[in-house]
Amino acid sequence: MIEVRQLVKRYGDKTAVDQLEFTVRPGEVTGFLGPNGAGKSTTMRVILGLDAPTSGSARVNGRRYREFAAPLQEVGALLEARSIHPGRSAVSHLSALALTHGIPRRRVAEVIELAGLAAVARKRAGAFSLGMGQRLGIAAALLGDPQTVILDEPVNGLDPEGVLWIRNLLTGLAAEGRTVFVSSHLMGEMALTASKLIVIGRGRLLADTTVAQFIRDAGGHSVKVVSGDPARLRELLLGPGVEITGAAGSEELEVVGLTARQVGSVAADHGIAVYELTPRSVSLEDAFMSLTGDAVDYHGTTTAALTSTLRSAS
Amino acid sequence: MTTPSSAPAVPATRTAERPTYRVTGGRVLRSEWAKLWSLRSTWITLGLALFFLLLLGLVRATTYSPGGPGLGPGGGNGGPAANAVSIALTGMKFGELALGTLGVLLTAGEYSTGLIRATLAAVPRRLPVLWSKSAIFGAVALVVGSAGAFLAFLAGAGPLQGTDVALSLSAPGVLRSLAGAGGFLALVGVLGVALGALVRSAAGGISILAAVLLLVPLLSDLLPDSLRDDISPYLPGNAGGSMFALHQSAHALTPQAGLAVFAGWTALALAGAAWRLARTDA
Repeated sequence: MIEVRQLVKRYGDKTAVDQLEFTVRPGEVTGFLGPNGAGKSTTMRVILGLDAPTSGSARVNGRRYREFAAPLQEVGALLEARSIHPGRSAVSHLSALALTHGIPRRRVAEVIELAGLAAVARKRAGAFSLGMGQRLGIAAALLGDPQTVILDEPVNGLDPEGVLWIRNLLTGLAAEGRTVFVSSHLMGEMALTASKLIVIGRGRLLADTTVAQFIRDAGGHSVKVVSGDPARLRELLLGPGVEITGAAGSEELEVVGLTARQVGSVAADHGIAVYELTPRSVSLEDAFMSLTGDAVDYHGTTTAALTSTLRSAS
Repeated sequence: MTTPSSAPAVPATRTAERPTYRVTGGRVLRSEWAKLWSLRSTWITLGLALFFLLLLGLVRATTYSPGGPGLGPGGGNGGPAANAVSIALTGMKFGELALGTLGVLLTAGEYSTGLIRATLAAVPRRLPVLWSKSAIFGAVALVVGSAGAFLAFLAGAGPLQGTDVALSLSAPGVLRSLAGAGGFLALVGVLGVALGALVRSAAGGISILAAVLLLVPLLSDLLPDSLRDDISPYLPGNAGGSMFALHQSAHALTPQAGLAVFAGWTALALAGAAWRLARTDA
């Protein structure tokens, strides 16, 4: 479990993380989302004790990272930028890390095998492709068989096979009861692996939710219906948990909370002509954009702002 | 901390079967030892330091002619006139730069490559990393530096035999001077490690090192005589020079005092490095 409480991190007069507060629980993959520069990497660096918080705290399993007697056994981390000397081989790099903890050589061979690096294990890491470097970083993160895994943009630079490997690895680690915390700026990738989401923008918490709830909040699955009598249809469809949007004078309604089948049945029962009936699924990417759009630029007119205005107008 | 009741029971049972690892000072030392030798640059630089200590000493010994122009010992090592020791240690400046540079690279290289993040994630208490690097590289530089000094002296003994400067190992002060040269090179190595950790940049660290060892002694010559005699002997390069000079010039420190002063400078740099490592973001 990772607990971040009232975390503030300033670099000079720039506030990278502002009053951030969230909890990452074991047994599931938690996605950490935000546009570039939102403070994801900074937060992870603070969790790992690399940067000291300006105020607030970040704890793993109730303790500060520095207090662990065997940190690699508690937390395994892959940070966004490479953390490997290009002159050292994968074996030498991992062995040096293993030596600090008394981790046996057997385990070094294991993680090399696990990361699919056996063929290049003795080559200088400087010659590695981005994807291989990423795999080596993940091998290092898993070296101590940690309870908590923190990965910053793990799919960066990986080929499709590597992406699939990461996905299975993450869900597998979570299924073993570990805490898995993964950052990304790609919402779509997160939706495939994560069940929980923590979204930040400009260092502030924007959402702490589940993937399912996130989609629902963002408009979720809706139905577009174009009919001969939108005013009457709206009256008929309204009910608990149903939200209907539509511009005045337009035949088009946007219905949230009912399936296309239900909408069609209601219209048929009351003899309302339906010209178009389309189930729509809000893309996660759009939802993410609409949530973080304000955080990226407060002053820009974004489609997200427009949509929410329309919705509240109904 | 409140643990939610829904937390899975799996981790607890897993923990029971897991091996218990632990970070200890000895293990950090072993890790840094492995890191030092797994880089090609270590072998190359140490080899170069040894090679040039030997080569320059030997060349100077074979070209030595009594009363010839090159009477003063090279590199301000404090001796009033050439002798078998100062001739053997002609390559000291090169050895200082090579070993000091390697020391800088050991720490500054961690920052330039990003390796420092992995290193400190494994050893979050941080300072053991600096102590281990200093101790290991100090010991390695001591071995290489002493070997270079002794071998250069022994190799030069042949060509110098029968000349006015010939000395045997058992002559007074010879062993002390050669050991002093090894000790000085060891401390220069540690100084490099400290400077690299202090400025976190290879270029910056190497520049400061070269300036301290080579330029500052030259600049001190610009001071008025009265001041120069009081300040100059305590500058790092000159204090270090006193450690391996066979005969001390008028205003130079004794070898023991030179050792104390140069060790003090090194300790100061190391303290600054420790402060920055412990107090600032990695």
